[in-house]
Amino acid sequence: MMDTAMKHASPLTDLKLDTHTFDALILGGGGAGLRSALALTLAGHQVAVVSKVFPTRSHTVAAQGGINAALGNITEDNWEWHMYDTIKGSDFLGDQDAIEFMCREAADIVRELEHFGVPFSRLENGKIYQRAFGGQNLNFGQEQAHRTCAAADRTGHAILHSLYQQNLHAGTRFFDEYYALDLLKDTHGNIGGLMVMNIHDGRYHVLQSRHILIATGGAGQVFRNNTNASINTGDGLGMVLRAGLPLQDMEFWQFHPTGVAGKGMLISEAVRGEGGVLKNSLGEDFMQRYAPHAKDLASRDVVARAIAIEVKEGRGCGPNKDYVLLDLTHLDDATIKQRLPGIRDISLTFLGVDPAVEPMPVFPTCHYMMGGIPTDIHGRVVTPDENGEQQIVKGLYAVGECACVSVHGANRLGGNSLLDIVVFGREAAKTISHELHQNRREKTQQAGSPETALCLDAVRQRIARWQNPAPSTDTLAAIRKALQHTMEMGCGVFRNQASMQHALQQLLLLQQRLEQVTLSDHSQVFNLQRLAAYELENLLAVAFATVHSALNRTESRGAHSRVDYPQRDDSAWLRHTLYFSAGHRLDYKPVNLHPKHHAAFAPTARTY
Amino acid sequence: MEFIISRYNPETDTAPHDRHYRLHQQELDGGTMLLDALLKLREQDPTLAFRSSCQEGVCGSDGMNVNGQNCLSCITPLASLKSPIVIKPLPGLPIIKDLIVDMTLFYKHYAEAQPFLQAKPPSEAHEHLQTPAERAQLDGLYECVLCACCTTSCPSFWWNPDQFLGPAALMAAQRFVIDSRDIQTRERLQSLDDPMKTFRCRHIQNCTAACPKGLNPSRAIQALKASIAKEH
Repeated sequence: MMDTAMKHASPLTDLKLDTHTFDALILGGGGAGLRSALALTLAGHQVAVVSKVFPTRSHTVAAQGGINAALGNITEDNWEWHMYDTIKGSDFLGDQDAIEFMCREAADIVRELEHFGVPFSRLENGKIYQRAFGGQNLNFGQEQAHRTCAAADRTGHAILHSLYQQNLHAGTRFFDEYYALDLLKDTHGNIGGLMVMNIHDGRYHVLQSRHILIATGGAGQVFRNNTNASINTGDGLGMVLRAGLPLQDMEFWQFHPTGVAGKGMLISEAVRGEGGVLKNSLGEDFMQRYAPHAKDLASRDVVARAIAIEVKEGRGCGPNKDYVLLDLTHLDDATIKQRLPGIRDISLTFLGVDPAVEPMPVFPTCHYMMGGIPTDIHGRVVTPDENGEQQIVKGLYAVGECACVSVHGANRLGGNSLLDIVVFGREAAKTISHELHQNRREKTQQAGSPETALCLDAVRQRIARWQNPAPSTDTLAAIRKALQHTMEMGCGVFRNQASMQHALQQLLLLQQRLEQVTLSDHSQVFNLQRLAAYELENLLAVAFATVHSALNRTESRGAHSRVDYPQRDDSAWLRHTLYFSAGHRLDYKPVNLHPKHHAAFAPTARTY
Repeated sequence: MEFIISRYNPETDTAPHDRHYRLHQQELDGGTMLLDALLKLREQDPTLAFRSSCQEGVCGSDGMNVNGQNCLSCITPLASLKSPIVIKPLPGLPIIKDLIVDMTLFYKHYAEAQPFLQAKPPSEAHEHLQTPAERAQLDGLYECVLCACCTTSCPSFWWNPDQFLGPAALMAAQRFVIDSRDIQTRERLQSLDDPMKTFRCRHIQNCTAACPKGLNPSRAIQALKASIAKEH
C-alpha cells in the first residue's frame, strides 16, 4: 500500500515527470477544442486533446436553442444582416472585423456540421429548420429573422457528440480526465508546454508543444446562480493570467433572462422564439414596455434588466415576489413536444410543472462570459508590448468562450456562441496547421535541449502549496460559496461603485483565506479536493479581473449596467478593457471598426 | 435522511465498504435532487468521490446505482427515494474510487459501434436533404448522454463485458444505421452480425428501465437485429 503521508511530504524535486511531445496541444474537449482537434488530426499532425472530463461531458453539451447562420431556409437572409444584428447586440463593443468574419463563415460552417452528422431538425422541404431568436432581424433591424439552426432544443448536445464522433473516426488522441495546471515557458519566455495532472492517479506530466490552443470554456461558477456546469471554473483564464498575459472585457457577463428561478438551470431563448411570453404578477406582457418592437425577443441584456426591474418594483410573482413567469401555455402540445422536448423535461424534472399547462418561474442567471483571452481573428493570443502595440504571443491560441476575439462585445446574441466555437475552432486549427507546415524545423526540434528547457519553478511551488499537511478549520467549499455570493451581490445584473467596492474588499479577504486554507485529503486517486483547490485559484483570479474591470468602466454598455452611470459613453469607453493580474493593472485598446467587406457600422442608440 | 454509500479508496482499502451518513432536509438549501444531497455530504467529507458536471441530466457524468436502480443523481428527486438511500457505483465496471467507475470498456464498445456519420455530402454549398419523417427516425436514439446506466444494468453485459457491445453502443449503431444520410448501412450491419457483439442481447429490458433520458435501447436493438436479419 502506498504511504501517502510520505508521498506528500517528499520534496518537490522528487516529482517524477513523464514528458510527451506533440505538434499541437488542445486544452479542452468542448465544441471549440474538438472542432480544432478534428482539423489538425485530419491534416496529419500529432495532436492531443487534454480535458478534465470525458469530452462529451463538456458544457457545449448543454447548449439548447441553436446556431446562427443566414441560410435563408425560411425567409430570405444574408450575412450582412446577421453582422449588423451582432454588432448592435454587442452594444458596438464587438470588433467588426471579427464579427464580419464569423457571419460570413456561418452558412458554410453550419452545412459542414450537418455533413459531420449533426441531426438538425428539418423543414418539410428537407432543409435545416431555423427558429426565431432574440436580437435578430432582417434587413438591418426590420422584421424578426429565423436564423437559428436547431436540433430540437438540444443543439449543443447534437453538435458536441457529432464532433466527438468525427474525432473518433479521425483517430484524435485524448487525455481524458487530465487536469491542466499551467502553461510552461522555456528560458526565452516562449510557450513550450503544459503541466497536467492525471486525475486517475494524481501523477503530474509535462506535455511539450510549441502550439497550445486554450479552449477551456467559461467561468460562470464565479456567480452563485448560474446556468453553467460545475466544471466551468475558468482554468484557461487563470493560467493565462499567471503567465503574465491579460484578459479582455471581463466586466461583461451575460445574465440569461430565463433561468429556473432560485435554481439556475437554463430555459432556452427558443421558448420565446417559439412564441413563449414573459408575464409579471399583474399578468402583463411587460416586455412591450421595454422593447415595443422586438418584445420578448429583444437582446438578452435588455430582457434580463426588464425582469430585474419588474421584480424590484414589486411586480414579481410567487410568495416572495421574486420571479416572473414564462408562459407558453397558449402553444399547442405538439409544438412543445417536437420543438422544446428538453425544456419540457427540465420543467417537469426541476419544477414539477408541465409547461403546456402551467407557466414556468424564471429569473436572470449568470450564463456566459463575453470577455476572455484576447485574440486576433485567427485565434492567436495577443498582448500589448511596451508601446501599447498588440503583439502575437508566439505559439499560444485561444478559441470559444475562454477567448475574446471579440465577436460578442458587451452582450452576446443567442445562437452566436455555438457559431463562435466552430468558426474560430476551425480557423485556429488552420492557423496552427499553416505554422506547422511553415516551420518543420521547430516541429522536429528535440525536447530537453538547453534552449528549450521549460521553467517549472512556479508550477512546482503551486503544487507544493497544496501539499501542506497542516490542518485548517476553513474549507475550500466555504470560500467558494462566499466568492459566489460576493460576486452575485456586488457584480450582478445591476452594479454601482459601492456594491463593487464592497465586493473587492470581500475578494481581498477571500484571497487571504485561500492562501491560508489547506487540504484535508492528500490521496492520489481522484482527489477531488485538490482539484477544487486548483479550480478555486482560477475562480478567484477571474473574480478579481471582473471587479477591477467593472469598477473602472464608468458607463453602462450591454451587460454592464451601472446604476450610477446609466448611459453609454462612446467618447470615453468605446474601447476594450485589458486586465493584468500583476498589480491588478488595467490597460485599454480600441474597438475594431474596420470590417473588410462591408462598410463599418457606426455606434447608434440601441433600441429593440 | 439516511444514506448508505459504498466507499472504496484504492490507496487504503482492500475492498469496498458501506458508510452511513445523515442529512437534515434544512441542510439542503432548497435542493431537491440526490446530487444536492451528495454535494452537501462532500462538504462534510471532502474525500467522498463521484463525478458530476452539468447538474441537469445532459452531460451524463453522474451515473450511479441508487436503491438498486441505475440513475443520474442530478435528475433523481430525493422525494422519490426510500430511506435509507443505498448508493453504489454502477455495477459491472471496475471501481476506481467510491462511486467512480472505470468507463474504458464502455467507451471502447461505443467506438467499436462506429458511431459517426459516413456520408457523401451533396456539395459544400448544400446540406443533405432529409425529410421530417426521416429525421424523426433519429428521435429516441441521438439523445443518449453516454452515462452507461443502461449498459451496466444489463446481465448480458455483466456475463460477457469484453465481447457484448451493450445497449448504449448498439443504440448508437442503430442511430447511424437508420440515418437516411449514411451510406455505410450494409457494412455496418455486416460488422454487427455477430452472436456476441449484438445477438447476446436477450431483451431483458433492464436497459430501458434504467435509461434516465427515457430512451428505449431494447427497442433500438430489436430494430437493429431485424435489419441484420434482412441482410441474410
